[in-house]
Amino acid sequence: MGPFILKRLGVMLLTALCMTLIVFFLTNLPPNLEKLAKTQLGARITDAEVSSWLERNGYAQPMLARYGEWLGVLPGYTYEAANGTRSGRCARLAGDDGAIPRHCGVLQGDWGYSTKFRVPVTELIGERLARTGMLMFWAFAVMVPMALIIGVVAGMREGSATDRTLSTFAIASTSTPEYVSGVIFVVIFASSMVGLKWFTGSAKSAVDGITFENFTLPVITVALYGMGYIARMTRASMAEVMTAQYIRTARLKGVSFRNIVLKHALRNALIAPFTVIMLQFPWLLTGVVIVEALFVYPGFGNALVEGASNNDIELLMAVSVVAVVVVLVTQLISDIGYALLNPRIRVN
Amino acid sequence: MEPLTWTGAIGPYLNPALGLAVAVLALSILTHAGLAIARLGGVARPGAGAAGSHAAAAAGRVTRWSLFAVLALIVIYLVAGIVAPVEAKGIIGRISTRFLPVWIALAATFALSIAFKRRLGLYGNLFDNRVGMIGFALVMFWVYSALFADVIVTHDPVGDVISGMKNKAPGTPLRSPGEGVYGYYLLGGDALARDVFSRMVAGARVVLTIAPAATLFAFMVGITLGVPAGYLGGRFDTALSFVANLVLAFPVILLFFLLVTPEIIAMGVPKYMAEVLFLFPVVFLVILWNSRFHTRPMTRNIHVGLTVLIGGWLYLGLAWDADPLGLVSIPGGVLIVFVSVVFVNSPTVFRIVRGLTLDIRTRDYVAAAQTRGEGAWYIMLWEILPNARGPLLVDFCLRIGYTTILLGTLGFFGLGLPPDSPDWGTSINAGRGLLQFFPFPPLVPAVAIMSLVLGLNLLADGLREESLKD
Repeated sequence: MGPFILKRLGVMLLTALCMTLIVFFLTNLPPNLEKLAKTQLGARITDAEVSSWLERNGYAQPMLARYGEWLGVLPGYTYEAANGTRSGRCARLAGDDGAIPRHCGVLQGDWGYSTKFRVPVTELIGERLARTGMLMFWAFAVMVPMALIIGVVAGMREGSATDRTLSTFAIASTSTPEYVSGVIFVVIFASSMVGLKWFTGSAKSAVDGITFENFTLPVITVALYGMGYIARMTRASMAEVMTAQYIRTARLKGVSFRNIVLKHALRNALIAPFTVIMLQFPWLLTGVVIVEALFVYPGFGNALVEGASNNDIELLMAVSVVAVVVVLVTQLISDIGYALLNPRIRVN
Repeated sequence: MEPLTWTGAIGPYLNPALGLAVAVLALSILTHAGLAIARLGGVARPGAGAAGSHAAAAAGRVTRWSLFAVLALIVIYLVAGIVAPVEAKGIIGRISTRFLPVWIALAATFALSIAFKRRLGLYGNLFDNRVGMIGFALVMFWVYSALFADVIVTHDPVGDVISGMKNKAPGTPLRSPGEGVYGYYLLGGDALARDVFSRMVAGARVVLTIAPAATLFAFMVGITLGVPAGYLGGRFDTALSFVANLVLAFPVILLFFLLVTPEIIAMGVPKYMAEVLFLFPVVFLVILWNSRFHTRPMTRNIHVGLTVLIGGWLYLGLAWDADPLGLVSIPGGVLIVFVSVVFVNSPTVFRIVRGLTLDIRTRDYVAAAQTRGEGAWYIMLWEILPNARGPLLVDFCLRIGYTTILLGTLGFFGLGLPPDSPDWGTSINAGRGLLQFFPFPPLVPAVAIMSLVLGLNLLADGLREESLKD
């Protein structure tokens, strides 16, 4: 198990490096840098002002050198103007004595400065992740139990009317992306046309405090799309287990149906869905971006959208690192968990 | 003119009947669920089992009959809407009348397919499967809508901006319709006073052109790389798998935002990607023909020559916008959307194809072909690939649905397609700001996306069941 995890961690590191390099390359193409300068100084600046701004802030260096600076393996660029004021990557970290640290990159624990929100990236990402984490937590708390119940109840009597109804529901839920279910939920529960107005159609107020009223619609919107998939996997796994020899033996010796399902079948049937549930995390990330846009909730997804539309390089780099870590760690957990739960599988 | 009601003159007779049928259906489903839970929970005492199962059977019968009643009433609404005189038609009736070519084409397709289903192979078997048939009907409804869109639309989906129709409710009459202009906005007007109904129908054409074609290209890329990766293994496989996993580790939305911004388009990044990705179908077909016919140079030359000629022509037109005849070209916005969707989908296809190949290459017929001394490409493309067609076909259906969702996502964030494009994602994006006050502009395309994707998923489910039966 040890070497396996080490090897996977190595691949993870390599993937993260490649990915950040690609994001860095795309956000640092000349037209994107020009856009960045214009978002900072105003849209009406001249080309000369653009290039001088880029020069002063260290964007004029070769791309690989700046990637090195971002990583923290190369010293940060410092520009000294004629009047002695210094600017550049690390200038904002200057101490009281005016000394600027030589390196300021990820390795030093500094994730840079968001040009859009004008706060350090670490601070911003921390705050946004906390909000999105809240959304994800409630989405999982709704999605996983519902999906498992639907899957188990559908799979325990394959082909019955209950099974067909629940399977249809599961398929319908996988066919409803967040921006469709969100629109439908808002129309039904929050619009003046239907007039129910049970919930609010915007989650803006959830920043100050989550209430049942402002958080229900975003949560069920995120939960619904993933629910069907987990339910279908659980159903398939449960249906397979119910045809196993030991279930037949249990039936023949007169164990009640309820005990067969709860004591004999359930544990084995839940191994496969575990993997699927873990692999849902990255998928939820996309859903969260859509839901945050639809319900105006300033979380991690909102940071991604804002960062990308304003070419906020260091924010986007941090966002992609978080995303890739989430994807790869959940893959790793799902592999290890699968092996631990299922004694027939050995990792090597 | 008066605004239209939803059901028109038949409403007063049919609406109470529909309400009753729906109420009975809902009640019986609840009873059914309650009985199922009671039985599982062991609430029913021993000896009450027989009575319980009686009740369950009765509830099941009621459910089935009320479901039939609801469906029959819906059909009556649609048919009565077509045959009713013009002044008696409601919104549903008028929409149903506009869709008349689609109904006829659907009926013809189903009649012919069911009549000849024993001679049609897997496609014919689909008509033994109720789920598959429902899915097929939903998909074909949208396909025919896209085909006949020019006849169905009541107004120009992009150009007709009629004053006074901004954010109007469904069935609102035009103030002063000119000669030969349709008198109503059947599903209301959007924020720019365009007809929501026409935009939905025209959107079907945009979505159903891009989604299947992009899926097909993604399959070409995935197959051309995935089969050799699985069959040959080694460094080639390791490298390709790493790249595929790298692309899959990107959050889809970040990738879209990075690829589909105006600055990146100005640099030509999507264009370079199109030049690489669009080459794959041509390469695939050339290898396909060459591996099969290399012992018969004449046949091989004809096949390869034709492929290079036609494929090269399309390639020049699509990827380089340099078609010498000036016939084939693709608008810039569409090209970018197309490329990014293909790019996102192909790694998944690659992984599926690679997995299938790893499984199939251990079969006896592959060993037999190797013993005969067949070339590696022949074995890959003519022995392994045909035997993977079942799962690939099912995945193809599912993936068109997923691609439709991706297209909607792109439109939802206003990426790629021009902002006045009638496609469904863009319409949802345009309408979501005033969603709580004017729900119809975003609601109509949302329901359209849902029904198309649901149809594709049900179709895939039916195909999977039928192909497993063989």
